[in-house]
Amino acid sequence: MPEPLMRYLIWPLVKFLVAFVIVQVIVAAMNWIERRLLGLMQARLGPNRVGKEFGIPWGLAQIIADPIKFILKEDIVPSSSEKVAYFLGPMLPLIPAFLVFCLIPYGPPPTFVVTHVNVGLLLILALTSTGVYGIILGGWASNNKYSLMGGLRSAAQMVSYEVPFGLSIVGVLMLCGSFDLVHIINYQASHIWNLFPQLIAAFIFLVAMNAENNRTPFDLPEAESELVAGYHTEYSAMKFAFFMLAEYSSMIVNCCLMVSLFFGGWTLAINGYGLTTGVLRGMGIAGGILGALIFITKVMLFMLMYIWFRATFPRFRFDQLMDLGWKWMIPLALANIAVTGIVVLLGQQFNFQGEVVLSIAGAAIIAFTLFLLLRPRAKVIHARRVSEA
Amino acid sequence: MFDVHEMEVNFGPQHPSTHGVLRVILKIDGERIIDAKPIIGYLHRGTEKLFENMSYPMCIPHTDRMDYVASATNNLGFVETVEKLMGITKQIPRRAQLMRVMLSELQRISSHLLWLATHAIDIGAMTPFFYCFREREQILDLFEEYCGARLTLNCMRIGGMPDDLPPDWLDDVEKFVDKFEDAVDEYESLLTNNRIWKKRTVGIGVISPEDAIDWGITGPPLRGSGVEWDLRRAQPYECYSELKFDIPIGKNGDTYDRYLCRMEEMRQSNWILKQCIPLVKATPVGDIKAKISKVVRPPEGEVYHSIESPKGELGYYIISDGKSQNAYRCHVRPPSFVNLQALPAMAKGHLVSDLVALIGTIDIVLGEVDR
Repeated sequence: MPEPLMRYLIWPLVKFLVAFVIVQVIVAAMNWIERRLLGLMQARLGPNRVGKEFGIPWGLAQIIADPIKFILKEDIVPSSSEKVAYFLGPMLPLIPAFLVFCLIPYGPPPTFVVTHVNVGLLLILALTSTGVYGIILGGWASNNKYSLMGGLRSAAQMVSYEVPFGLSIVGVLMLCGSFDLVHIINYQASHIWNLFPQLIAAFIFLVAMNAENNRTPFDLPEAESELVAGYHTEYSAMKFAFFMLAEYSSMIVNCCLMVSLFFGGWTLAINGYGLTTGVLRGMGIAGGILGALIFITKVMLFMLMYIWFRATFPRFRFDQLMDLGWKWMIPLALANIAVTGIVVLLGQQFNFQGEVVLSIAGAAIIAFTLFLLLRPRAKVIHARRVSEA
Repeated sequence: MFDVHEMEVNFGPQHPSTHGVLRVILKIDGERIIDAKPIIGYLHRGTEKLFENMSYPMCIPHTDRMDYVASATNNLGFVETVEKLMGITKQIPRRAQLMRVMLSELQRISSHLLWLATHAIDIGAMTPFFYCFREREQILDLFEEYCGARLTLNCMRIGGMPDDLPPDWLDDVEKFVDKFEDAVDEYESLLTNNRIWKKRTVGIGVISPEDAIDWGITGPPLRGSGVEWDLRRAQPYECYSELKFDIPIGKNGDTYDRYLCRMEEMRQSNWILKQCIPLVKATPVGDIKAKISKVVRPPEGEVYHSIESPKGELGYYIISDGKSQNAYRCHVRPPSFVNLQALPAMAKGHLVSDLVALIGTIDIVLGEVDR
């Protein structure tokens, strides 16, 4: 087989399929993990029975049982729906959600990077932002007022939060000087995790990625207590499962981005010491697998964070969501860009390392926040009591 | 060019957050509510008419089914009204009175727990739901221990109580009461200072004290507006006059204040229960029924009597013709029904998401609204 064919077609395809399968297993497992973890947080059990007959512990067979149920359920199509759009609705979000997986570096290159694109980050942003079309289409085509409202909410939310989402990355780009995720990760291994110099950006990114994925506290498009189930009210069986799949896939994508941009990707190194890409590659294939494991662990921690949020927060109202996005997140992201730019430029001018200054500032913010959280506080003010005289 | 397209949405009767079969016809402009019109009657069972066709003791199980999350207070209101009609209020033994107080305070806590659980989950906070049900389960266990039923208790009789307390019941209540204060703190730690919770509740559905009185709103919605009115204090029944408790009142009359009021009320009910336990222990065992004839036949007359149910003033109006064992007419004044009428005025100008919070905050039970 000619070498270019292997290099540009066969290998990427094989790698993509492997990554795809692993990610889909994680998505399926997330269902079980989420329910068990929520159960743990909410003083209940969660699914713990399925598979007992076959000796599978902890209800793990739920991971298989759920997809089987989705496939076997009746696929109901509302008679008054717009058929073509109704069918397209669940499919459109799936395509970008799956495509993005060939752009994410899971471990040290070249083996664990499916396609090394030097503008990978831009491409990922462009692809993920198209996922909302399916939601709008599905919401509109269902011919249900609640679905329509869900779809419109989703559209407005995506437009509003795509901006701070993109802006928060700019600071990272200025520090690292590249759109290439592999380069960004290597840069972090040889300096410091971008979390510290870009703390505010990381925070904005965290909030925006919650909003992008329609997760609590930003789950307004599906808000089950307001809009019944929002845009997927009229969807059943596999069509509904497609929406789920797309949602969880894009959750994983965003977690991968978070880890790659702010938490050092597959490396565990600071200032060039520790498990850098070079060290991992020196260990051969074992190092590669170790790197991938580190990456997956970090990603899973963020996935668990989503669940933690879900158990903790109430839901925002729509206008408050917009308020937060436009009045707080975007100005904050712009300010972050300005400060980062100024510090980096001054560093070049007067010969000091800009990110050290920013890191110290970030660490100070973390310390201050911890102080605010942990300091002893006055007790809650209750309603005024009227006692009998 | 920019003409307004109003959309009409049926919010219910089958909707996750209408707490039963309430239907609200919403006129909305985008997400903003122009008009909200509650439609009731989907759960109408003709309870008042049923009362006319059965003897007084037979009515008691039917009162359970009105406010089905607070059946003990429904029982209490009914039996007290009949007792007042017969003029035997003074003859009820002290032990029975205290038992009634204990059951209705437990019921108040359980009703408020259910309110908090559903209110929180409507606003999107999922976890308080399970925490509340954990404690509510214990209360229902206590009910089960006393009368065998968990929801529709049928636990009071005209002239007293059906059975004496089971041997260890008071100890079980004591165990629950000791832990419950911490449980309320736990709910509050999730919600009271939560910024999102505050954003969703502060300033939503404000009722001024004057409006609240004009509408006849009672219970926590009235007290949330800052009016100090609790029938347990204003017209003490049973032995409430000798029990110590505070009436929590709000300041702004918004959803958040009503939330604070109810949280505090749970604490106060807990306090009442604590006071009751030694008092019950001091009364003679088995003295739970006044000596009245088995056949309840009140003299001719009419009477209105109301008690403080978890949701507000629960009143019964009974006319007796003095000849039959049935009421000539029995009217129920359900707090939910009266409180619900404030919904359109509260909802106007708010967003659809707020409507959900508002339905939660007035704490309606459709079984009681429709009867």
